[in-house]
Amino acid sequence: MDTTTTTSTTPPADDAAWEELVSSALLGTDRRPPAGLAGSTAARDMPGALLDAAALHTVRRRAGLRPGPAAPLPEPAPEDPRAPLPEAARLRLDQLLAGRAAPSPAGRRGAAPDLAELLPQWLALANRHGYKAPPAALPALLDAARARTDLRPQALRLAGPRGLWLARLNPEWRFALRGTGAAGNLPSSGDPEGVRALWDEGLFAERVALLAAVRTEDPAAGLALLASTWSAERAEDRLMFLDSLRAGLSDADEEFLEEALGDRSRNVRATAAELLSALPASALAGRMAGRAATCVGLDRTAPTPTIAVEAPHECDAAMQRDGLVATPPAGRGERSWWLGQLVEAAPLSAWPARFGGRTPEEIVALPVADDWQAELHAAWCRAAVRQRDPDWSRALLGSPAVPPATGPGTSSLAERAQLLSTLPVEERARWVASFVAAHGLSEAFQLLGVCAVPWAEPLGAAVIDALDIAREAGSYPWSFSGVMGLAERCLAPEAARQLESLTARPDEAEDSSPGAGDYWSEAFQRLVSTLRLRAAMRAELTPPDA
Amino acid sequence: MNGMGVRWTAEQVLALAPDEASRRAGSKLGTAGPWSETGCGDGAVWGLCKGSGSTPYRTVVDTTGPAYSCGCPSRKFPCKHALGLLLLRAADGIAAEDSPAPDWAAHWLTARRGRAAGAGRGDGDAAPGPTADPEAARRRAERRAARITSGTQELEQRLADLLRGGLAAAGQAGYGLWEETAARMVDAQAPGLASRVRELGAIPGSGPGWPVRLLEECALTHLLDRAWLAADRLPAPFATTVRTRVGLASPADGVPVRDHWLVLAQYDAADARLTTRRIWLHGTKTGRTALLLSYGAAGRAPQLALPVGALLDGELTPHTGAGQVRAEPGEQFVPVAGPVAPPAGGPVGAALDAYGRALAEDPWLDSWPVTLSGVVPAPAEYGWQLADADGREALPLTPAAQSRPGLWRLVALSGGAPVTVFGECGHRGFTPLAAWSPETPGETVPLI
Repeated sequence: MDTTTTTSTTPPADDAAWEELVSSALLGTDRRPPAGLAGSTAARDMPGALLDAAALHTVRRRAGLRPGPAAPLPEPAPEDPRAPLPEAARLRLDQLLAGRAAPSPAGRRGAAPDLAELLPQWLALANRHGYKAPPAALPALLDAARARTDLRPQALRLAGPRGLWLARLNPEWRFALRGTGAAGNLPSSGDPEGVRALWDEGLFAERVALLAAVRTEDPAAGLALLASTWSAERAEDRLMFLDSLRAGLSDADEEFLEEALGDRSRNVRATAAELLSALPASALAGRMAGRAATCVGLDRTAPTPTIAVEAPHECDAAMQRDGLVATPPAGRGERSWWLGQLVEAAPLSAWPARFGGRTPEEIVALPVADDWQAELHAAWCRAAVRQRDPDWSRALLGSPAVPPATGPGTSSLAERAQLLSTLPVEERARWVASFVAAHGLSEAFQLLGVCAVPWAEPLGAAVIDALDIAREAGSYPWSFSGVMGLAERCLAPEAARQLESLTARPDEAEDSSPGAGDYWSEAFQRLVSTLRLRAAMRAELTPPDA
Repeated sequence: MNGMGVRWTAEQVLALAPDEASRRAGSKLGTAGPWSETGCGDGAVWGLCKGSGSTPYRTVVDTTGPAYSCGCPSRKFPCKHALGLLLLRAADGIAAEDSPAPDWAAHWLTARRGRAAGAGRGDGDAAPGPTADPEAARRRAERRAARITSGTQELEQRLADLLRGGLAAAGQAGYGLWEETAARMVDAQAPGLASRVRELGAIPGSGPGWPVRLLEECALTHLLDRAWLAADRLPAPFATTVRTRVGLASPADGVPVRDHWLVLAQYDAADARLTTRRIWLHGTKTGRTALLLSYGAAGRAPQLALPVGALLDGELTPHTGAGQVRAEPGEQFVPVAGPVAPPAGGPVGAALDAYGRALAEDPWLDSWPVTLSGVVPAPAEYGWQLADADGREALPLTPAAQSRPGLWRLVALSGGAPVTVFGECGHRGFTPLAAWSPETPGETVPLI
């Protein structure tokens, strides 16, 4: 029998005859001649007679095959009420998923768009329109999500309930049922018993996902859930859970956090202190403001207004309880280490009063005595990011046109990128555009990364101009491959028109790098075709009646 | 008659790709970037594609064939440029109006179509051209038949020796014995016997139950030997089937059938020597099922490629012989628009009945093309099966089909609800090749 469930209609007598043929064949007709044939055939042609009988039996068995009993049918996949993808978008998805495994060869990439890079954007857009994935594409979609964690949330959202149904049948897709990927499986906040049960019995990842979900919908309920089991949690888990209070943080959380300042775990204490310091009205913020005020103030004896700094002389138990780390990392002085932490944790709103009603710009512009400026400004930067304060961020960023090394603001690109992220989207784009226009692209990469996609004007125009300038200057495009890659993903598709003129192959000038013109033309071509593709993707996903 | 033709969708174009690498490379070329001077008209598409060299490649696709021409050095067929060009057209990337082909494209198209119109149906030894000497051909055929006869006699001797000594000994003898016998069958100009013998050699390594399978296949090989030796006493269609099974080309001289053919499936099986492509077609008016075979030398894709799910208007000439579904396509195979519906199907029991009936015509059939309707893929203890929607009877999937990614496309498409599935049904189980869901019956989902 070839298959275990397909049954034959052969009568039992035939089965016995067949068994006999098989055992004769196994042992050899010389040793065991088949009894049924022995009388009728000369011993010399016993093998032929056996094969004749076996052929008859085989054909008869195959011709008489009947279906076997069915296993229990699987539970049908839940209904997915979302709209199916438009035809063109469905084909595009197949194409993107087929191109997903394409390796990007190092170095030169040719003129064709990189489809794998476009998949995340496509998924985000499709989800925004509320489509469901075509069933036949689910296996490829789940495979893509398995291979690339960055795709996972969006891919699983598109895959929807049928995706999870399918994932339960294939162990390779088990990831879809775990942790945040299983968000679709979490009990809703309207189901307190379900929430309670999962919180009490769930795996760690499920509990983290649950807490985050509840916290997003109802911060107070999230806090209550956490408080109910807090003292029984392990230290590592407490740290992770505490971190989820970051979402929807408000004064209502202060009491709980204040208590957590006395936690057994140092990391938990530090995180609690950090969260409290992001609440300017909290008691901890008030204590920090008081401490910071004793250390930083105006030097009234100086001829021009100057900031004088007197770093703390000790880090007492109260300061440590408020989250200050007493031991500095290697190579840093104790007192400047304590000062940095104090200023970072103190509410920024306290400073104007301390400096005679000056605005943040005016405070940042004040000279600082005794080389404390870098230390103080860096601490203010961290505070501005922690407290999401756009006024202070603006002041600390300074003017984008001023060379990064001079001027009152911070010169660190990493700090600038973080400060930028606190500004409204359009202001961010304007600031980075001016920065690119003034300083070119070589330092802009990190800053471009925090801008919203697609890039708002005038940012896109500034990047294209800067690329054009780089080309004219005779460098090779791969010196800008980072920005190029970002531009492919982030430029608004409308920018293709502006780029069109740059795709022409220029005449090679004498002083330019050999072949650079061709490479640039190729790079711009790829940029244009990627933007066209993104425009087409967007059009395909737009519902016809929208 | 077919000025604009019906455009293939991107999905159908990608189905033409000879392998995954070409599919990816073709996708990348499916945008306007590298292309210039593109145009289409009179059933053809053309364009210049910028490659790494200084001269762009001239790419032409005759969609009535389909046939491809490209200046690139690729040995793949169709090459990535042809795929890219078709994708570009699928994405509306080529001006829609009919334009005259540039000289370089027109030249190739004219030459190709002239050749196609002038060529007769040359089919090797089965249908010698009119200019060949009929007497010489007859002598050649006799000589070959005599060789095959001595080959079958030798094979019979081997089988008798094997049975006398016992299959258990064959399990230990290893593969070498069979390889040698297969080579003898190649010498005897009986490729059908040679491949049967090679398969016999693989059975002892095929897992539990191998002695039974080996006995069955030995018995069927013995049946074929005997049938060959008695071919002149068999009814003509059955004798043709026997000759085909031994390895002589069967003549494609049935009555041509014109229809709108739905491409159900296309897949390749490759061994060290040859790539065999099987394309299943369903005649939407006649209800006929036809199999096109196309071959490529090792490492090269067969010439014929048709996109799954496409509807093509053209003529097929069936091969004669008992129980034959094989056919040869005519020169013109033109994509047309039209409602696409899956072939009418039945429950799993009917599929096994159809296989059983086909065995009466050709006892060497491993499987038979059937359509199952209203079946649900379900996991059983031993693997996946297709069950009737009433949950009573089921057909297991073949071991090969259990491990293919297409299985999961089928399960996803079904979502636990009944679907229509086309595939090959045989004694090893069912191999699904294409499926349709009730929500999108016009969309053929390839499973291979």
